[in-house]
Amino acid sequence: MRKISAKDITSQVEKLCIDANHNLNEDIKDALKKALGEEKSSLGKEILEQILENARIAHEEKMPMCQDTGMAVVFLEIGQDVSIVDGDLYEAINQGVRQGYQKGYLRKSVVDDPFIHRINTGDNTPAIMHTTIVPGERLKIVIAPKGFGSENMSTLKMLKPADGVKGIKDFVIDTVKKAGPNPCPPIVVGVGIGGTMEKAAYLAKKSLIRSLGQHHENDEVAGLEKELLEEINRLNIGPQGLGGNTTALGVHIETFPTHIAGMPVAVNINCHATRHAEAIL
Amino acid sequence: MEKKKIVTPLTAEIAENLHAGDKVLLSGIIYTGRDAAHKRMIETLQMGNPLPIDFTDQVIYYVGPCPAPPGKVIGSAGPTTSGRVDSYTPALLDKGLKGMIGKGLRDQQVIDSMKENKAVYFTAVGGAAALIAKCIKTMEVVAYPDLGPEAIHKLVVENMPVTVTIDCYGNNLYER
Repeated sequence: MRKISAKDITSQVEKLCIDANHNLNEDIKDALKKALGEEKSSLGKEILEQILENARIAHEEKMPMCQDTGMAVVFLEIGQDVSIVDGDLYEAINQGVRQGYQKGYLRKSVVDDPFIHRINTGDNTPAIMHTTIVPGERLKIVIAPKGFGSENMSTLKMLKPADGVKGIKDFVIDTVKKAGPNPCPPIVVGVGIGGTMEKAAYLAKKSLIRSLGQHHENDEVAGLEKELLEEINRLNIGPQGLGGNTTALGVHIETFPTHIAGMPVAVNINCHATRHAEAIL
Repeated sequence: MEKKKIVTPLTAEIAENLHAGDKVLLSGIIYTGRDAAHKRMIETLQMGNPLPIDFTDQVIYYVGPCPAPPGKVIGSAGPTTSGRVDSYTPALLDKGLKGMIGKGLRDQQVIDSMKENKAVYFTAVGGAAALIAKCIKTMEVVAYPDLGPEAIHKLVVENMPVTVTIDCYGNNLYER
């Protein structure tokens, strides 16, 4: 058994929350620069320039790129030979979120109940945690702060097997069309297909932490990712929804076996920042 | 295209000269307000009480800023999705509100009320929050401090880059 201290987890989470919010990932930056070269709308180009300039300022001045510093979504991969010592794992994570959002001057955007009083918890906790147990003796932590401009535009539908690939494409395209300017395009589209209702939603979310442009290992799924990206970029939604050929920077799909009677599809949209930072302990 | 320089208060005369697609550099006093502040203002009006601010010819910026780091006036402060306050907006427009800054779609009721009240909907670049923060010169909380980032702040901005997205004639840049 390898021992990992809860305190080390807390300090790592603190750092990751700040890093994810202050620093645009290189893959996204590259995609934005490429889009700038290919964007046909002059207003669209100007917006892409502003987004890149904003990332530069945020990095240099150690400020969040966006004021919506999100709800902290945490993916944990826990090696089965790891033992957490000196504290409770989930509390250690929440403490890291608390410290990161305080020290990084990040906005506290969480309310304590969804529909009764909606009082701000004041420290951006609790985090949303997804835990998987894997072989080995390491602990991988991914922090993906999720803003709700894009989260609110996400959808889930229980399609019929007979709907086929066309049904999937129509549903994804319809979701992106209806979202229009609201999720801060250019967006990254995460799609989860298969499993059960909640599994599809989880897969859609998880697909968004993949490096941008890293396609699914299955050729047919990768083909669908490329087709969807092309179709989305033909919708003329464009940067900030003001027209142009840069509506999405990427489409990521994750799949899972499903029931003979079903084909759940979830679409989770992310804004152009698509923040995530990871560490392995 | 050349950018139009505008200084608040946003009078009907200024509003009438703005057209969907115009790029604007906005300066002067603006107020922040988002979901929770709007809900409270509308409840205040329903109870027959006065609003905490006289919105005549004023501009609301839909934003919940980040806390100010040491040495800065404000933290990152980009626009939030405007559609979430659509149901509250016509009542504020009827109280004299002339401009709104946010991002994303507005519903038909808001657009109709904008035409009636000669108001303008501007959008700023969603996610460009560090860049926009640089245009904010002063900040003070003027109402609902208990709402934290959702409190109403009075900001003085200088050359804040926005786009006229829906003008007071109902022309909508999103529909072009």
